[in-house]
Amino acid sequence: MERLTDKAKQVDRRPMTFLESLYLWNIAKGMGITLKHIFKKKVTIQYPEERREFSPVFRGLHVLNRDEEGRERCTACGLCALSCPAEAITMEAAERQPGEEHLYREEKYAARYEINMLRCIFCGFCEEACPKDAIYLSETFAPANYQRKGFIYNKQDLLIPHPKENPEDYKRAKGEIENRKK
Amino acid sequence: MINLLQIDFGFILEKVILISVIIGISLFVAMYETLVERKVAGWMQDRYGPNRTGPLGILQPLADGGKLFFKEEIIPNAANRVLFVLGPAVAMLTAMMTSAVIPWGSQMEIAGRTVQLQIADINIGVLYIFAVVALGVYGIMIGGWSSNNKFSLLAAMRGASQVISYELPMGLSLIAVLMLTGSLKMSAIVGAQLDSVYHFFYQPLGFLIFLVCAFAECNRTPFDLPEAESELNFGYHQEYSSMKLGFFLFAEYINMFISSAVMATIYFGGYDIPFVNDTNLAASIGQNTTALLQVLSLFVKIALFIFFFIWVRWTIPRFRYDQLMNLGWKKLIPLALVNMIITAIVVLMLNK
Repeated sequence: MERLTDKAKQVDRRPMTFLESLYLWNIAKGMGITLKHIFKKKVTIQYPEERREFSPVFRGLHVLNRDEEGRERCTACGLCALSCPAEAITMEAAERQPGEEHLYREEKYAARYEINMLRCIFCGFCEEACPKDAIYLSETFAPANYQRKGFIYNKQDLLIPHPKENPEDYKRAKGEIENRKK
Repeated sequence: MINLLQIDFGFILEKVILISVIIGISLFVAMYETLVERKVAGWMQDRYGPNRTGPLGILQPLADGGKLFFKEEIIPNAANRVLFVLGPAVAMLTAMMTSAVIPWGSQMEIAGRTVQLQIADINIGVLYIFAVVALGVYGIMIGGWSSNNKFSLLAAMRGASQVISYELPMGLSLIAVLMLTGSLKMSAIVGAQLDSVYHFFYQPLGFLIFLVCAFAECNRTPFDLPEAESELNFGYHQEYSSMKLGFFLFAEYINMFISSAVMATIYFGGYDIPFVNDTNLAASIGQNTTALLQVLSLFVKIALFIFFFIWVRWTIPRFRYDQLMNLGWKKLIPLALVNMIITAIVVLMLNK
């Protein structure tokens, strides 16, 4: 058979000589290697002080988006809940009343919107399904909690900060999402 | 009756203080050996090792010890209760006992008394070390036997056979040194090297054999078959918990410290300060300061040996049982015999 690479090495099956069977030379070689590693750069990331950057395609905690004037984009169409393979999303729709135009972008909005983070598999289908760009997955993950109910995120937890009232938080929450779209 | 009244109470006090200081230092060193071990292991694997408890992880041994103390003390139903408690006690005791004959420095003058920095300068020092080291296997045996657990028993048997096999080449390699000094006294062995050539340079092969055997006697990798985590579920201390387990682990680290001290004493001049004439130094800066410097010098040597122990542990995998026995009986004993005979011939020829 023709060899594909020349990396294969013939195994030496000769019995060890007396000196070899003392293992001294091989042990010395091994110790040289470990000594070299003492002075190598450490690969550890010192977590709370240092953090590894997420990949730009990271799918983390959901964010409910607002438009430039701070109005909620979600119209409670239910496509995200429909597309969700883990059935983690529930919502209740409500009609926009006169005088609420500055709160909701269209006539219908989500009065209740919940995502169960224990069920969610962070597949990102909700983001893909949304026709209004109202939901996307951010670059954070759900923090630990002591109780199950702590993982059911409601609208207050998910909504992005107001772009006019709280521009800095809004920018941070928005994060890399704009770059990702490109 | 009159003889009893003539007890030198100063002498007793001196020895009691010396013993407590040495035991305290042994425990302290053993404690920090665990930290150094984990640190060095980390560095060799491109990690940092523990660095969260206190600056640079200095308090880590305290945290570990505290954890061990607060764990539940479990004695298995089927275990022999007396022996189960005796096992770790014997291991700890024998680990400590060897330190009695090691000369930690020359003498100091305190309150008009000349204090030898050695607990007991007995004329069979080397034999005493052998006896106590051989006793050390009882801790393993008793612990493994009384747990009433197959793995523990298997590990204990391995431990016993290993220690017995490696005691032979260890003794044979030491005989060559004893031929050079002509004395079993530890102080005489150090005295022969003081301000002169260390035994290591006369006996490189003997030292190597002694080193390998010391690894085996301490049950350190590559000879850690008695505790073999991956094959015997931690071996003879499998059934142990809490501070009883801590005692076993501690005894192992004390053993490492003491055998480093023995190696430094027998082959590397003990408390002799290298490149300096100790007698001249004592004349110029005083006996007490010199003695302290000598203790420091011994501890530097010990620290280097301990580092070597750890370095080897994190480099070499465990030997198979047959490899262990082959190395002991078929390689080290013949080598030690040859070394002994050559030394004997050379000593006889030079004496003429």
